[in-house]
Amino acid sequence: MFARLGFPQPFLSLCLFLVWQLLNDGFSGGSVVMGAILAWMLPQLTRNFWPERPALLKGWLLPLYVLRVLWDIVVASISVARLVLSPRKPRPAFISYPLTLEHPLAITMLASTISLTPGTVSADVSDDQRILLIHALDAEDEQAIIETIRSRYEKPLQEIFL
Amino acid sequence: MQAFAEYLIAGLLLIGGAFTLIGAIGLARLPDFFARLHAPTKATTLGVGAIMLGSVAYFTVSEGQVHVAEILITVFLFLTAPVSANILAKAAMHIGVARTPETHGNPWDQ
Amino acid sequence: MITIALYITIAMVTLAMLLNVYRLIKGPDAPDRVLALDTLYINAIALIILLGITLGTRMYMESALLIAVMGFVGTVAMAKYLKRGSVIE
Repeated sequence: MFARLGFPQPFLSLCLFLVWQLLNDGFSGGSVVMGAILAWMLPQLTRNFWPERPALLKGWLLPLYVLRVLWDIVVASISVARLVLSPRKPRPAFISYPLTLEHPLAITMLASTISLTPGTVSADVSDDQRILLIHALDAEDEQAIIETIRSRYEKPLQEIFL
Repeated sequence: MQAFAEYLIAGLLLIGGAFTLIGAIGLARLPDFFARLHAPTKATTLGVGAIMLGSVAYFTVSEGQVHVAEILITVFLFLTAPVSANILAKAAMHIGVARTPETHGNPWDQ
Repeated sequence: MITIALYITIAMVTLAMLLNVYRLIKGPDAPDRVLALDTLYINAIALIILLGITLGTRMYMESALLIAVMGFVGTVAMAKYLKRGSVIE
């Protein structure tokens, strides 16, 4: 339905519209009209640059995931802050995390999520996109970290993406 | 201005400043590069985000009109912080910067 | 009360920037310095926003946005240079 009305990528159009409203410091008549024009025109103009459609399966679960990650960012920052201020030395570790996600966008989202959440930064993806190298700031139990990431972030992403 | 809004704005600003400072302390005193990478990506990003929210609340209350441009900057920072952390970690592994001896495991060779 | 909180916050962010400069000077490796610059520009954004609140103007919003965009591009360019020896291949 959206494609016939000239919106080949409804999600991109929505993002453009919202970004234009934010850039204009809130809703007004002019910004809504201009945002609608941009949301219609830019995906049309850049259509040839998008090789394939994004494989969103259940896009409506995405806001839920974003909220969970936002909450975890707050928790993560508090735990890192406690670690920074406490006198004991952290025990850093490199962890190899076996990926079950396959879509590149999903892997990117998982890597970004890992970087923003408790005590871990994603460092590298192996060439065949099977293993994610993670650096943990304070790793007592490496297996526990892997389990947490798998159940808390990878499972929801697997539902959202194809 | 209502007292509640004042407390909220002051609290957001102070929390933001505290997290920014903690991020910088972590950057200054953690032992090796990969550990230092953690403090700015998490604490500083959240700290600046809190300051932005304080600014949104301040201008919205004081001018009686919704102002949200800061949220755009916050979203941008939250999107870019993991990317720059990741690319810096890659560069550091490529150069082979020193790690503390307590580190478990090794980064694989490129 | 907001004024006091504002000045305390500005002092905190300035102190944070000084600590970043310490890391920038001390190093010891190039990635550390790039990381310090990255944190420095994020803190500069916070300082600009705080300046905007102090002066009661929203004029500085655009400059904060520009620093956010340019700083990210700069960090990526420098990290890329460290990794590959050139920015654009």
